[in-house]
Amino acid sequence: MKSNQYQLTSLGLLCLICVTTLAACRQDMHDQPKYEPYEVSSFFDDKRTARNPVEGTIARGNLRADDHLYTGKVNGELATTFPFEVTREVLERGQERFGIYCAPCHSSIGDGNGMIAQRGGSSMKQPATYHSQQMRDMPVGHFFDVMTNGFGSMYSYSERISVRDRWAIAAYIRVLQMSQNASIEDVPAAQRQRLIMGEQ
Amino acid sequence: MPQIFTPAANTVAKASIVGGFLLVASLLSSVFYLGSTSYVTRQQDVRPQPVPFSHRHHVNQLGIDCRYCHTSVEESNFAGLPQTKTCMSCHSMVWTDAPMLEPVRESYATGESLEWVRVHDLPDYVYFNHSIHVNKGIGCESCHGAVNEMALMFQENSLQMMWCLECHRNPEAHIRDRADIYKFESQPDYDPPADQLALGEQLVRSYKVNKIQLEDCSICHR
Repeated sequence: MKSNQYQLTSLGLLCLICVTTLAACRQDMHDQPKYEPYEVSSFFDDKRTARNPVEGTIARGNLRADDHLYTGKVNGELATTFPFEVTREVLERGQERFGIYCAPCHSSIGDGNGMIAQRGGSSMKQPATYHSQQMRDMPVGHFFDVMTNGFGSMYSYSERISVRDRWAIAAYIRVLQMSQNASIEDVPAAQRQRLIMGEQ
Repeated sequence: MPQIFTPAANTVAKASIVGGFLLVASLLSSVFYLGSTSYVTRQQDVRPQPVPFSHRHHVNQLGIDCRYCHTSVEESNFAGLPQTKTCMSCHSMVWTDAPMLEPVRESYATGESLEWVRVHDLPDYVYFNHSIHVNKGIGCESCHGAVNEMALMFQENSLQMMWCLECHRNPEAHIRDRADIYKFESQPDYDPPADQLALGEQLVRSYKVNKIQLEDCSICHR
């Protein structure tokens, strides 16, 4: 009789220990009932937690009234000017963004011989060089327009590159065009000698 | 009635007190140890993905920048996972018939999302922000490891708080020049500094990293 009681008590104790220790193993705080970015949604039909804005609505500050800045066109014609001042910072930003988004196909000097173009070989339509006369004569709005809407087999990059960055890249394309068609006279006299000597 | 306890019971009693402490301590430490094993942290664990995407191929062999796909890493807490269109901007032209890319083509054609399996998943009470790390000079590699050599993606580090704090207490040992953030040590164009600590101290100052703040609970937990 007595040993039975002991057994019951010890069993009870064991249960209590298990309940109190294992109760701490719940993951409620780890996985809270909130969505992480791109998590699958059980609520929406397309299973996406990332939602598009309601059609026909514009978020405050996102009105795209400036045609020049947002479409690269002025009165329906491709713009020949930049919508903001091109400074050294803009060019450096353009160089960096060009390296990320454009160079894989267009190459870092813009001759259309980037790594993807090389890999694609004859099975893919090769990107055009920026250094033909036709491209050099192209209004700068053309480059903005191609990045925004795509061209030929090139997809639009408007989701990946912000509007101002697209203009910065367009400005940098102009830099590349100058650099690939430059003569020694374009180099300031002070640095000309160094270039000829091949020094840094 | 004979005595229940022999004199040896004194020793047993003492030993059981010490033994009890040891038992509790060893239980606690083994739980603590188990929590840091890769069984729990899922380090080095390759998860099945809809497409066996190789970072090694895209980063090392093709030289594509991290930001080509992870576009929001500089301005958002989330680095960004590429939309299917990003894959297709090359794969509509290269490897167009590859069977392993079928889910990508199908996703692009139907508009259904590719369901990638998340590899780096912090607990929901940690508010990690990619942009602040990237903008203050912490390279991808410092947390994600040599992604440029991963044929299939896995988690390199434990991502446990102790590991985070190791850098939050000592950012000088890891901070990089902002120009080197997207480079990897094993790549030929990355030139590791000769004296990391000296450069680190200078960068911590010039990037205005507030070291005292880095140990606040609320810097990660809100």
